[in-house]
Amino acid sequence: MRIHIKGGRLIDPANGIDGRHDLYIADGQVVAIDQSPDGFGADQVIDASDQIVIPGLVDLNARLREPGQEHKATIASETRAAAAGGITTLCVQPDTDPIIDTPAVAELIHHRARQAGFARVVTLGALTLQLQGEHLSEMEELIREGGCIAVSNALNPLNNTLVYRRALEYAANYDLTVFIYANDPWLSNKGCAHEGAISTRLGLPGIPESAETVAVARDLMLIEQTGVRAHFMHLSCAQSIQKIARARHDNLPVSIDVAAHQLYLTEMDLGDFNSACHVIPPLRTQRDKDGLRAGLGNGTINAISSAHQPHDADAKLAPFCETEPGISALETLLPLTLRLSEEKVMPLSDAIARITSEPAAILGIDGGRLGVGDRADICIFDPNERWTVDYNTLASCGKNTPFLGWEMQGRVSHTLLAGQPVYQVNQ
Amino acid sequence: MKRQDIQCDSQGQLRHFLTIEGHKRETLTQILDTAENFVTVGNQPVKKVPLLRGKTIVNLFFESSTRTRTTFELAAKRLSADVLNINISTSSTSKGESLLDMLRNLESMHCDMFVVRHEQSGAAHFIAQHVAPHISVINAGDGRHAHPTQAMLDMFTIRKHKPDFTALRVAIVGDLMHSRVARSQIHALNVLGVPEIRAIGPRTLIPPYLEQMGVHVYHDLRQGLEDVDVVIMLRLQRERMDGALLPSELEYFQTYGLTQEKLAQAKPDAIVMHPGPINRGVEIESSVADGPQSVILEQVSNGIAVRMAIMSVVLGRKPGSEEGEA
Repeated sequence: MRIHIKGGRLIDPANGIDGRHDLYIADGQVVAIDQSPDGFGADQVIDASDQIVIPGLVDLNARLREPGQEHKATIASETRAAAAGGITTLCVQPDTDPIIDTPAVAELIHHRARQAGFARVVTLGALTLQLQGEHLSEMEELIREGGCIAVSNALNPLNNTLVYRRALEYAANYDLTVFIYANDPWLSNKGCAHEGAISTRLGLPGIPESAETVAVARDLMLIEQTGVRAHFMHLSCAQSIQKIARARHDNLPVSIDVAAHQLYLTEMDLGDFNSACHVIPPLRTQRDKDGLRAGLGNGTINAISSAHQPHDADAKLAPFCETEPGISALETLLPLTLRLSEEKVMPLSDAIARITSEPAAILGIDGGRLGVGDRADICIFDPNERWTVDYNTLASCGKNTPFLGWEMQGRVSHTLLAGQPVYQVNQ
Repeated sequence: MKRQDIQCDSQGQLRHFLTIEGHKRETLTQILDTAENFVTVGNQPVKKVPLLRGKTIVNLFFESSTRTRTTFELAAKRLSADVLNINISTSSTSKGESLLDMLRNLESMHCDMFVVRHEQSGAAHFIAQHVAPHISVINAGDGRHAHPTQAMLDMFTIRKHKPDFTALRVAIVGDLMHSRVARSQIHALNVLGVPEIRAIGPRTLIPPYLEQMGVHVYHDLRQGLEDVDVVIMLRLQRERMDGALLPSELEYFQTYGLTQEKLAQAKPDAIVMHPGPINRGVEIESSVADGPQSVILEQVSNGIAVRMAIMSVVLGRKPGSEEGEA
């Protein structure tokens, strides 16, 4: 299929491009910019005037609930929602059921995603067997046979620091990136909200800042010792960012993402036990929110992820702590990121890099760029269109978002996956 | 902070009683005044008033309780309501029927009020958010969050002895971290205009940022008790010893247990309160618990009148008003 994207403002941060350019797509690739190739007969012309054309979004952290929790969502439903949100690559955690600690599970996920055809799904293999933190998984096989692109212990703790050290060393041996959830399970205990004024007022068991910062400190030491390349997932505390910034200054190979909701919500949003705001790591303080924004502005934080966790309605219908944590977030990732430039946190092109080229670089995959010869994973959006997050129009099976009723600016009009239209607004 | 007031109906009338937070002083005073009228009911040969005749009140207890449930039951019966006691261990709900399914079933039996106790903070709010519009919810204790009826009976007891809240210094001593009673007391004392509220306990039992609720935190009992008018002791739950919160009951008693000698720091006419049940020799010495300054048993008997007042105010009936619709 040949597509001509006409008259749009192309923002391609990886190539330093921000300007009005025509794109010509054929055979799943960008074949030309501005100059139509000889004899290019477009099957479809997309009029992108007044629109912005960017690489398809790369989301570092999404849960699709398949296999194992298909009553919440499926790979097909969530990749379709991803396409509606302009996301063309999703990275999933190994804590599916069964867990991704054998190549077969990874293959199943890749297969289902290809069948659905809405977005590319890449997988993290389990760092330890059954994510139990006791035995190393067969990482080399997970990568080679299963096609996993990195390893992680998901949200599960690695209490035994010796096993942790060995796991990092072993991953370094195969030049794998380890995705880390920095959490000291003893300190976070059975908490369900940030330990602070709000958890005290509501009587909710708290998760102290130290649950994250203590883990970050320990992890940084082990990263330094083992020489592994590591990525910290959805950090929530300003202090963590500062610690990692210092380590990065010492040339430690570490990267960071934050979940988009952490940039807009704080503990105050819990109100009277609003379970839509029950998320792990918890919503922190205004100071943390400001610190995370500053970390994005100064480049310490590499990427913004959705941390998408779709839930069925029942999962959120219980007293706060008994509800399942998580936010359905694929369709708000782009507008929430765009809003950062509106709110002067960083320039638009930098904001877009945080959801395209930067996460692609962390994953070590092609994508997140739109030069000639690059794969045509493309998101086209109207930067001026306002829309309201609405229960009935969300494509995700998970309607669990605290942003319901929020007005967003910037709406995806087209998503192309390897040159094929996978989403078009008002379809 | 913007929050819609779930506790009132569209006319601003009290519909649920979930927490003290957010109530106006007049509302609390109205409840205390109403309770005054109910105190005598218990002394009459026929201990009943017909205010809630024809109403059905369900005591929905997901956490075991003897004292609170009994006083709620007595309060409802003295108001002539029909009372249903349902004790559910939370383990059985988690296995099968969801909390909401259970509520729907009870609603369809045409109940008027749920009195709810649950081990989870926010449970009463959750239930109030999801019940049918004709049902009122009273929080009889949710997790560590709130126990507003206990706080009201404590305020009632304080007012009996110290009528002017605006001239009081009140100390709350012990495990404030895990105490829903303390949280509700702090809100109530603040709403009623108490100028100085002190929270006294070891750092492991004082939750972070407690000052933001409007208290002064002390870690030294003697210092904290100096010149106070009211001493409220909190129950120290034995299971707290299992963790790393406290080394031993003995050490706790030695440092934070209320003895005659430490009580001497307070004003000579200070009263001593405790929500019960008491751990003698852990948080309080027997001679203090049973001594002349103790009003602990009064608290229990006041509990019935105050709960009658809350139920009648919430269901829109004040003493002396005519019997309304059937």
